[in-house]
Amino acid sequence: MTNDSPLKYQQLRVVIVGHVDHGKSTLIGRLLYDTDSLPEGKFEELQKISKKRGAEAIEWSFVLDAMQAERDQAVTIDTTQIWFSTEARDYVIIDAPGHREFLKNMISGAAAADAAVLVVDATEGVREQTRRHAYLLHLLGLRQVAVVINKMDMVEYDAERFTQVSREVESYLSSIGLHASHIVPISARHGDMIAQRSEHMDWYKGKALTAVLDSFEVAMPPVAQPLRFPIQDVYHQDKKRYIVGRVETGILRKGDKLMFSPTGEEATVTSLAVWPHDENKVEARAGESIGITLDDKIFVERGHVGSHVKNPPMLSNVFRANIFWLADRPMKVGNSYKVRYGTQESTVSVQSIERVIDTQDLAQSGEAGEVKRNAVAEITLRARELLPLDPYIDNSRMGRLVLYDGHDVAGGGTISMEGYADQRRAEKPVAQNIYQVESLTSYEARARQNRHYGAVFWFTGLSGAGKSTLAIAVERALFERGYHTYVLDGDNVRHGLNSDLGFSPEDRAENIRRIGEVAALMADAGNICVTAFISPYREDRDRARKASPARFHEIYVKADLATCEGRDPKGLYKKARGGQIKEFTGIDSPYEPPENPEMVVDTQNNDVETCVQQVIDYIEAQIVVKEDSKAVAG
Amino acid sequence: MYPYLDELEAKSIYIMREAYNRVEPLAMLWSIGKDSNVMLWLIRKAFYGRVPFPLVQLDTEMELPEVYEFRDNLVKEWNLPLKVELCPPEEEMDQTLPPATRAAMRKTEGLKNLLRNEKYRGIIAGIRRDEQSMRAKERVFSPRTLDGTWDFKDQPAEFWDQYKTEFPDGCHVRIHPLLHWTEIDIWRYTKRENIPTVPLYFAKDGMRYRSLGEKNITFPIKSDAATIDDIIHELETTKTAERAGRAMDHEAEDSFEKLREKGYM
Repeated sequence: MTNDSPLKYQQLRVVIVGHVDHGKSTLIGRLLYDTDSLPEGKFEELQKISKKRGAEAIEWSFVLDAMQAERDQAVTIDTTQIWFSTEARDYVIIDAPGHREFLKNMISGAAAADAAVLVVDATEGVREQTRRHAYLLHLLGLRQVAVVINKMDMVEYDAERFTQVSREVESYLSSIGLHASHIVPISARHGDMIAQRSEHMDWYKGKALTAVLDSFEVAMPPVAQPLRFPIQDVYHQDKKRYIVGRVETGILRKGDKLMFSPTGEEATVTSLAVWPHDENKVEARAGESIGITLDDKIFVERGHVGSHVKNPPMLSNVFRANIFWLADRPMKVGNSYKVRYGTQESTVSVQSIERVIDTQDLAQSGEAGEVKRNAVAEITLRARELLPLDPYIDNSRMGRLVLYDGHDVAGGGTISMEGYADQRRAEKPVAQNIYQVESLTSYEARARQNRHYGAVFWFTGLSGAGKSTLAIAVERALFERGYHTYVLDGDNVRHGLNSDLGFSPEDRAENIRRIGEVAALMADAGNICVTAFISPYREDRDRARKASPARFHEIYVKADLATCEGRDPKGLYKKARGGQIKEFTGIDSPYEPPENPEMVVDTQNNDVETCVQQVIDYIEAQIVVKEDSKAVAG
Repeated sequence: MYPYLDELEAKSIYIMREAYNRVEPLAMLWSIGKDSNVMLWLIRKAFYGRVPFPLVQLDTEMELPEVYEFRDNLVKEWNLPLKVELCPPEEEMDQTLPPATRAAMRKTEGLKNLLRNEKYRGIIAGIRRDEQSMRAKERVFSPRTLDGTWDFKDQPAEFWDQYKTEFPDGCHVRIHPLLHWTEIDIWRYTKRENIPTVPLYFAKDGMRYRSLGEKNITFPIKSDAATIDDIIHELETTKTAERAGRAMDHEAEDSFEKLREKGYM
């Protein structure tokens, strides 16, 4: 490395994880000793302490276990950091406790690392925390992982045993999508294959541990990703307004036009502010803490995210997360927590817990009501307002969150937007200069002539719940009684008006938006418009309601997934299960039941005739024009 | 040169701005040593030349004269909001503690008085993980329980720059913006940024202070390092622990742990 290398003195942060007593602290102590990194006098101190405690050999773990309680119990309680060097570079070693009780400390350590070493005892093989730690490394996004099979001295440096344990580890790792770049047989106590190769294991042809570590890379700042500048604070000073924060990803330049989410406000960067003042500062890259000034006094505050106009974060009030839970109190559906990511803070409620994953056998329990301490789960969260969101898969810095229960960090994880639409679309009309035409023929006039009011009856429910069946029967009955009525369903809309739309979350949102607008026009024209669409997202249905707020009736056609899948009138569930249809509601895409529908029809427990009659009774009660009343019906 | 220092700097500034936004009222401890001088410089970077909260020196009146002189000059030159908190006398300390540990306890008690009187919710302190193995276990935002102690066996979870910033009344939080720096980083940065430094760190007659504390409990080490470059070179090769000249660390196996638990910085 030359003096000018940007990596000069850059430290690689390596976390050491694994089951309790598999030898993590011993490995670190030995690593320091074998690379000649122990401070003067430390070795003698270790000898003294080890002897005092009656240990036969040197207790290398005492290098790290600083607390009296840790030395007394020979257990690492909290994560710690220690520095050492190889000839190639400097390292920060993060020692993470292996004990189940201290999982939050293990994660605190692991979340700060660039790479990981998973320690497995050759005599014991894979154990509970081996699996859990590996799973968490995967969830935390650590991709540079080495495995060491420790205590090889206890199995007579046996190649067979090494192969056996290696296979066991590899099999688990591959089942969670994690790949270990190296598996090294070591004896931490005796220094085999730590800094040097060992004559005890000539059968092993790979690198010793320090050489493996030297092959790992320090994470580079994510400059190539779209710009994200979360606002940390706003300082008013010297008659200027400095918007301060850290560029998380991308590059921010003087003169850039920025958009701030979620407000959508835009302004141009007039200067980059650093102290001492630097006229030549025109660019800030990922990782830099800076301040900016803007050409426009737009409203911005902590939590807003600056981006380039062309590539902003998504906006949504509902999103998914893969989380680990650390609090004693279990996470439950319906509970509220404070979520923080970047500088954003918001209250969210747990809408659903899709899966709780057992990290031991990777068994998944679906539709669980709660997530217990130290468990891992896939959940859906709902916020009160629209939040700027980047899924972890697109932006690892913005896409990770922490959940607070009261004053305490209760969990953390990564954000996923799978199955949810960007709600930034259709927030405001694209075209300008639109004026609504004031019709001389009013809604009330039409209602008087028709002898009923126009209205929208919006059927929502899973595929197979009976929406179309009901809609057609209801339309027929209403028509026979002389009402003006029309059904909008998938076939008559997707073939014409919405033939340009597919089934991505965005397109599905747009499909529903247009249907909502058409239904509103029909109702305004005096018709009883019945719609039959799955319309899985509450947000989309709420938007449809806004198109005709006073005339909109949400009818939840209710039947559970098993019932609908049993009916499967169009054979769609079968195809979805077979993987021929992607993002099918209920299978691999969520359905959000209405929170306060005007009416619920239970098609699971009632026959079709009963349901049709219930709907007709409801509709008639809503649309009737009372002859002596001039009030506008709702 | 040393672009990695930019990363250390950016992280510290981020932490300081988080502290300023989330915790109020706030104060920074200034021991006038090499670390807290770097920290002071970083505060001025984070807040555009200002120090927007009090800068507190916990004074035992036992500092070396060069330290007081340096302090007074810098306060004037940089217009610093300095507040001097006199620490209670040694006679009032727990007499069962070893002598140097007892002397160090004075600062803990001084800090407790300060917290009691000024009701600070946040205290910024310039400790580093590489100084001492108990400090290596610290969090960036480290809460102190109601009785002022550090519950190091049950620290909050802390990941991805998401810090614990809320706690019940009566508690306070220590904020450690330099936790991720090492001794050599401090000197490389001091040189790059040209940060003023107490002259006692530079060798005179073959001796210099590597870690600067009160005159009764810290001692100079043998060294010919008379410039920052010399010091950097010395640190690149030495294997002597930084706090070797600190008496209180070595009186008993766990004396520093006891000090920290009771609230020492």
